[in-house]
Amino acid sequence: MSDTSERSDDAIDTLVSSEYAAGFVTDIDTETFPPGLDEDVVCAISAKKEEPAWMTDWRLEAYRGWRAMTPPRWAHVDFPEIDFESISYFAAPKGERPASLDEVDPELLRTYDRLGIPLHEQAMLAGVENPGGRTPVAVDAVFDSVSIATTFKEQLREAGVVFCSMAEAVREHPDLVRRYLGTVVPRSDNFYAALNSAVFSDGSFVYVPKGTRCPMELSTYFRINAENTGQFERTLIIADERASVSYLEGCTAPMRDENQLHAAVVELVALDDADIKYSTVQNWYPGDEEGRGGIYNFVTKRGACLGARSKISWTQVETGSAITWKYPSVVLRGEGSVGEFYSVALTNHRQQADTGTKMIHMAPDTKSTIISKGISAGRSQNTYRGLVRTTPNAVRARNYTQCDSLLIGDECGAHTFPYIESRQPSAVVEHEATTSKVSDDQLFLCRQRGIDAEKAVAMIVGGFCRDVFRELPMEFAVEAGKLLEVSLEGAVG
Amino acid sequence: MPLLDIEDLHVQVEDQVILGGVHLRVKPGEVHAVMGPNGSGKSTLANVVAGRPGYEVLRGSVRLAGKDITHASAEERALLGLFLAFQYPIEIPGVSNMEFLKAAIDSHALRRGEGAPSAAAFIRRARATAERLDLDAGFLKRGVNEGFSGGEKKRNEILQMLLLEPRIAILDETDSGLDVDAMQVVAAGVNDYRDTGNAVVLVTHYQRLLDYIVPDHVHVLAGGSIIRSGDRSLAQALDRDGYGWIEDAC
Repeated sequence: MSDTSERSDDAIDTLVSSEYAAGFVTDIDTETFPPGLDEDVVCAISAKKEEPAWMTDWRLEAYRGWRAMTPPRWAHVDFPEIDFESISYFAAPKGERPASLDEVDPELLRTYDRLGIPLHEQAMLAGVENPGGRTPVAVDAVFDSVSIATTFKEQLREAGVVFCSMAEAVREHPDLVRRYLGTVVPRSDNFYAALNSAVFSDGSFVYVPKGTRCPMELSTYFRINAENTGQFERTLIIADERASVSYLEGCTAPMRDENQLHAAVVELVALDDADIKYSTVQNWYPGDEEGRGGIYNFVTKRGACLGARSKISWTQVETGSAITWKYPSVVLRGEGSVGEFYSVALTNHRQQADTGTKMIHMAPDTKSTIISKGISAGRSQNTYRGLVRTTPNAVRARNYTQCDSLLIGDECGAHTFPYIESRQPSAVVEHEATTSKVSDDQLFLCRQRGIDAEKAVAMIVGGFCRDVFRELPMEFAVEAGKLLEVSLEGAVG
Repeated sequence: MPLLDIEDLHVQVEDQVILGGVHLRVKPGEVHAVMGPNGSGKSTLANVVAGRPGYEVLRGSVRLAGKDITHASAEERALLGLFLAFQYPIEIPGVSNMEFLKAAIDSHALRRGEGAPSAAAFIRRARATAERLDLDAGFLKRGVNEGFSGGEKKRNEILQMLLLEPRIAILDETDSGLDVDAMQVVAAGVNDYRDTGNAVVLVTHYQRLLDYIVPDHVHVLAGGSIIRSGDRSLAQALDRDGYGWIEDAC
């Protein structure tokens, strides 16, 4: 090719030095269970968390179910068989769980600082770390298998909102946990959900009482630190009648050559007129350029719109993980309830993602919207898999699905598997799909205006994702944009 | 010193020689028109000078205000003050015109060692400039060229030119697809931009744009080289008699 085009390739090559900023390891004394899983390990995890007998039994039943199951193989992903006996199922910083923020190991506080997650309520309230006058965000920080701190609990309690670690919820709010745990994602739902039900460590629990609008954004930040350890968090969010809550989830892990398993379960319950917005920025370590290492992110997320006119909205920005297997779904049981799924899934290098959603319409006048944006670069494979089902009950149900793929380079793949099962003739299900490429003409236009190739690609991809980004809470939208930019480094060429 | 100095430029695209020795010298304050029949290499000339990938320079050089840019990247040329108004402006869905313009202006400011203009100052200036081109306020919020009419796309190119204030602007078939009203607006924009320190190269098939933007020099490009140069009357002759007589004469 010509001199000028070589120059543009050079410009692109210089972008290759991508760094995963969250890839450091925290040096801290950790108590880790030996690898392997049997009933004794399940009981030991339960004992560590000082759980009542009913919880231990619940886990054991899940474990027995899991033993009889096999991993799902239908996803469009390729990886060696996981040896579940080589994984450790519990890891936690040594010592008692701190009673207050002041007692948290400074090394852990520094870790979250470095990740940009503020755990100092005072500083935030005083405006020291809050120069823009942004509303503070309450954080539950989960480090390996335990929650190390939850901020703003007092302020939330005044509003009647319960926001605590799952372990604490089992002890302090057993009635709510027993009533809802496993009702949205049953223990027998799938292989990884069963495994999670047996060994789940920490995660967040939220209860927003009747008629209450949660006064601040809630968030959980998951961090895997220990080696050879799986993370199995469990999150349960309940919005009672006319309650509303917005919840954010972030996640990172150190760079390691071995793959690590993350198998979470998230359950959302919305009663009459309740509204839950659940946003995720997933940035697990994706592995290196050759596909060494990275997190296996096998997650079951589902919400149940139990109440009439309730609404559950999932927004996800997925840039991390070696392999993603994840379908945040909504079961629309309440009349006139609404389910939404907004997703940006970016894969680069050797990453593989098989992600999408399920919208199950089971009541009249239910509505769902699916906007999925898949971006594939490098030699990655990016799959959208979505199911829209309307049962005979779902008269006048409506779904709108828009599924767009953007390709960068010509060694990557984008795939779409939409499943539509309609058993209600009055239901209207619409599906639109497009596939496009970041074109040389678009890049040249930007560069001719003085915008370099790296910035140009980030801008073009940002435009492609705009419909999803505007669903994110503002602070997150900025972060998500930056994350895409970093994840795309080295993607053009 | 000429602003743009093209010397003996030979260019090939996919093993086919398109330009075979083009000479063109543009001084500050001048307007040049490069005319020629379809397939004569006009667009190749515009694109290769702007540094579009995919063109192989076999021989010759391009200088911008004395600096050799024959092998410079597209963004480098842009930041040195070279602007190309596209014949077919491409869409960038979801990226607002505002965001795009701000990114372009910021990188120019950065190159000049200035800070990026404040959002408020930028918006004021962008709005005022858009208004001069008969583009309404909502125009800036729309995606770059997304769903624009042909006339809007061309006016958008001129908007970018006026905001970036290049030293040399190459307008590639900017008149194509414009009705008379739109052409007058575009021409007024270009005439506004002209001053003694900058220069314009109009690449066009027809002379009608030259009724509104009066060139100092007219060149005829045919078969990959400039076969005749003259003043405005050359363009009028071409309009009257077509290109055949010049090509036959060579």
